[in-house]
Amino acid sequence: MNQKQRSKRFDLLSKRDINRETYVEPWPEAGLIVADSPYDPQPSLTLSAAGEVVEMDGVARADFDALDRFIVSRALDLAVVEEAMALPSENYARMLADINAPRAEIARLVAGCSPAKLTDIIRHLNVLEMMMGLSKMRIRRQPANQAHVTNWREHPALLAADAAEAALRGFAEVETTVRVARFAPFNALAILVGTQTGRGGVLTQCSVEEALGLRLAMKGLTSYAETLSVYGTEMTFADGDDTPWSKAFLASAYASRGVKIRFTSGTGSEALMGRAEQKSMLYLEARCLLVVKGAGSQGVQNGSISCIALPEALPGGVRAVLAENLLAAMLGLEVAAGNDALASHSDIRKTAKLMLQFIPGADFIFSGYSAIPKRDNLFGGGNFDAEDFDDYNVLQRDMQIDGGVQPISEDEALNIRRKAARAIQAVYRQLDLPAITDEEVDAATVAHSSDDMPARDIVPDLEAADAFMAGERDFVAVIRALQEGGFGDVADNILEMGRQRIAADYLQPAAIFDADFKVRSAINDPNDYAGPGSGYRPAGPRWAAMQNIPQAKSPEGFIERHTGPPLSRLVEIGPASKGGRNEVALALGPAFGKALTSTIGGLSHEDVLEAILTGIAGEGMIARILRVYHSSDCAAIGYVGARLSGSGIGIGLQSRGTAVIHQKDLAPLNNLELFPQSPSLTLSTYEAIGRNAARYALGLATVPVAVKIDNGARLRLIVQTALLHRRETDEVDPDKPPQELRFDWEPA
Amino acid sequence: MQETKSAYPLRDKASDRLYAYSGRPLKDISAEAIAAGELSAEDLRTQADALRQQAEIARDGGYPQLAANLMRAAELTDVPNEELLRIYDVLRPERASYEELQRLADYLEDRYDAGENAAFIREAADVYRDRNLLRR
Repeated sequence: MNQKQRSKRFDLLSKRDINRETYVEPWPEAGLIVADSPYDPQPSLTLSAAGEVVEMDGVARADFDALDRFIVSRALDLAVVEEAMALPSENYARMLADINAPRAEIARLVAGCSPAKLTDIIRHLNVLEMMMGLSKMRIRRQPANQAHVTNWREHPALLAADAAEAALRGFAEVETTVRVARFAPFNALAILVGTQTGRGGVLTQCSVEEALGLRLAMKGLTSYAETLSVYGTEMTFADGDDTPWSKAFLASAYASRGVKIRFTSGTGSEALMGRAEQKSMLYLEARCLLVVKGAGSQGVQNGSISCIALPEALPGGVRAVLAENLLAAMLGLEVAAGNDALASHSDIRKTAKLMLQFIPGADFIFSGYSAIPKRDNLFGGGNFDAEDFDDYNVLQRDMQIDGGVQPISEDEALNIRRKAARAIQAVYRQLDLPAITDEEVDAATVAHSSDDMPARDIVPDLEAADAFMAGERDFVAVIRALQEGGFGDVADNILEMGRQRIAADYLQPAAIFDADFKVRSAINDPNDYAGPGSGYRPAGPRWAAMQNIPQAKSPEGFIERHTGPPLSRLVEIGPASKGGRNEVALALGPAFGKALTSTIGGLSHEDVLEAILTGIAGEGMIARILRVYHSSDCAAIGYVGARLSGSGIGIGLQSRGTAVIHQKDLAPLNNLELFPQSPSLTLSTYEAIGRNAARYALGLATVPVAVKIDNGARLRLIVQTALLHRRETDEVDPDKPPQELRFDWEPA
Repeated sequence: MQETKSAYPLRDKASDRLYAYSGRPLKDISAEAIAAGELSAEDLRTQADALRQQAEIARDGGYPQLAANLMRAAELTDVPNEELLRIYDVLRPERASYEELQRLADYLEDRYDAGENAAFIREAADVYRDRNLLRR
C-alpha cells in the first residue's frame, strides 16, 4: 500500500466525534473485560447438613473473603438457594424475556442465586431481551428521573433557581455537590429551598464525604443520600476505606434519621482502582449488588456511573451496563440507571446508549440528568445537559415513553426561577447570612449558567457556612425564615418533608413523591408489567403534558400565513377551450390566488404569475391562464394545461408553488421538467420555468432549469406541504371543467 | 401488631398514630407551631415505632433485607448524632481491635437495647479478624 495516500473519506471519519473516544481490546488479567472473563468462577453453591453455605462459586467457606461472608450471611435466601442454583441459567434468561413468566416467581428464585449464577444468566441474553427483562423486573411501576444541579460559582441564587426549574420539569430527585467542600450546607440549603419552590416533595441530596453527608441529613437539609459506594473486591472496598458492615451500618444510621439511601456501585470501578483480580466487570458488579441487597439498601445507582467510559472502551460495554441495571432490578433493588457521567463525545452514541434504559424504563432513568450546562456540572460533565432538554422532551413525545420529565414554557421557567431566587434571598436575610442582592436574583432568574451570574465574595460565604454547620440551626430555622420572609407555601412544603420524615414511608423501595406530594414506591405502586396492555404507559393528562411542547403549533396556523384577499387582478371569464399555436397554457390549481395567496416559500401568487408570464413573454410567446377544478394534483393540472395549449406545452402550478412543464403527447405522470422542491423556488426560477416552457413550445434546444437542492426542505416543511395541499384539495370540484382566467398584467 | 402493605402509606392511613421523636403527635406539627417557635429539630425527627412499622411493611412486601435494616435503624434512633458517626468510623477497616468491637456491641445492647446492631457488629468482628481488617 502506498503510505502517502490518504482517503479523503477516512480522513473525514477520523475527525468525527466518535473517533475522539478510546477503544481498547479486552485484557482479562487487568480486569479490562466487561463480562465472561476466563477467570470468572462457574456458579456453584453447597449447603451443609446444618443449612450453612460451605462453598460458593468454587470457593470453600474457609477461603471466603469479607464480601462472600456478607453475601451468604445477609443477602441470599437460603430457603431457595438449592432450587435456584439447580435451575439452568438459560431458563432464567427465557423467563426474563417471556411475558408469561411472572415477575414474582423470577424474584423468588433470583433471591437464591450466587454472584456467578447471576452473571451466567446474563450470558444468554441479548440487549432486546434484557430490555424486556428490565421492563418487567423494575420495581416501581412508573419510571422517574433524577437531576444534577450544580454550578462552578456555587452561587446560592442560581442553585435555587436551577433546582426550582428542575422540579418544575418533573425530576423526582435533585442531587447537588460541591467544588469547595465547606460550601456543602449552603448548596444543600439552596437546592432544598429551590426544589420545594418548584414542586413540593422533590427529594434532595448533597454528594459529599460520608460523615459530612450524614450531618447534612441530620440537619434536615437533605432527604436522601446515594454516596454509599460499594466495590466488588475486598481490596477495593478497603481502598474505599469501608467494609460491607461499615456501609450497612451507615445505611441504618441514615434510616434512623428518616433519610432515604441508595448505594452506588457500577462496572469498571475495580479495574480503575487496579484491584479487579482478573474478574469481569459484570461478575464483580453481581457481587456488589448482593452486598447492597444484604446491607438492606432499598436501591442502588449503577450503570457504571463515573466509570462509564471504561466499559464503553471495551466490546459489549454498553450491553454490560444494561445487564447490571437488570441484575439490580432482578434482586428487588430500586435502580438509578446511570446515564449521568459524560459517556461519549458522539451524540449518536450517547443517545443510542440511553435507549437501553429509556425504552424499558427505570426507577430513575438517569442517576443525574445534568439540568445545568456542562461547564457548570461539578460531577464531571453530564451525558445529557440543560442544552438537551428539548431533545429529551421530543424523544418522550416521539415514542410515547415517560422519561420522567415534561416540557415547560419560558414564562413558567422565569416565574419559578425568580420565586426560588427570592426565597433563598429571604432565607439568607432572615438567617443573617451574607446578603443575596436583588441584582443576583434578577441574574439568576434569566441565567443559563454561572457565566451569567455576578461574582460573590466567597470568604464571608464560607465563614457563614462553617458557622451554620457548627451551629444548632437546621431546617426548622429555614422553615421559619421562609414564613417570615413571605414564602409560606415553600415553608409548608419543607414542613411536609419533615412530617414525611416522621412517617418514613419514603424509606420503602423506589419511593418518590408524585405531583400531589403523595408517596409512590414499590409497596403501593409495584410494577405489574406482564406484556402488552399491562404495566405503566403514559396516558390521559400525563401523556397530554408530555406532548405539550411549546414548539408545537396548531395546524390551522400553518395555513393562515398563506391566505389573504383573493387576487383582484385574476378574473375568471368562462370555460377554457383550446388556443392558438403561439401560446403556452399556464394551468393553476383550484385554490391559487383565491383560498390561498402565497406559496410555501412565501412568494405571493401575484409575483409568481408575473415572473412566469415575464419568462414566457421574453421568448415572444403568449401566456394563457387556466384554472383546473377537477384535481389538485400537480401532474394532472399540468397535463390539462398541455392538452388545452395550442402549442401542446403547458405549465402546471399548484398553490403551494410546485410546478411542472408538461407536453400533450406525454403520459399524464411524465413531464418535461418537474419542480417538486417548491420551498426552494425563487421568482427568477419561476421566470426561467416560463422561459423554458416557451422555448419547448418554439421547438428550441433548452437547458433544464437549475434548481438549488435543499435536502432539509422536506424535513422542515412537510407539515405545511400536507396542509397546503389539503387546503387546495378542499377547493376541488370534480364536475367543473377548466376555466379561462384573465390576469391584469403587461410585459415590462 | 404486624403491619402489612395495606397500612401503607402511614402518612395517609395512620397519621393519627404517628408522632415525632419528641413525642409530639403529627397533627400538632403545624405551620402555626413553627411560626410560634414551639418546634425544634426533634419535632421533625422520626422515631423507632414508625421505623418498625415500615420494617414490617417491607417484610410483607417481600423486602426482608430492607426490613432488617429498618429494624437496626429503629434501634439507632436514640443514639446521638455524634455517637452514630463515631460507631461508623470504628467499623471502617483497621480502626478497631476485636475486643473493642465486642465492647461496642455490648455497649449498644446494654445502653440502647440494640440487639440487632450488637449481633451485626459481632458478626463484623469475626469477619474482620479472619480477613485482617482489624487495627494492626
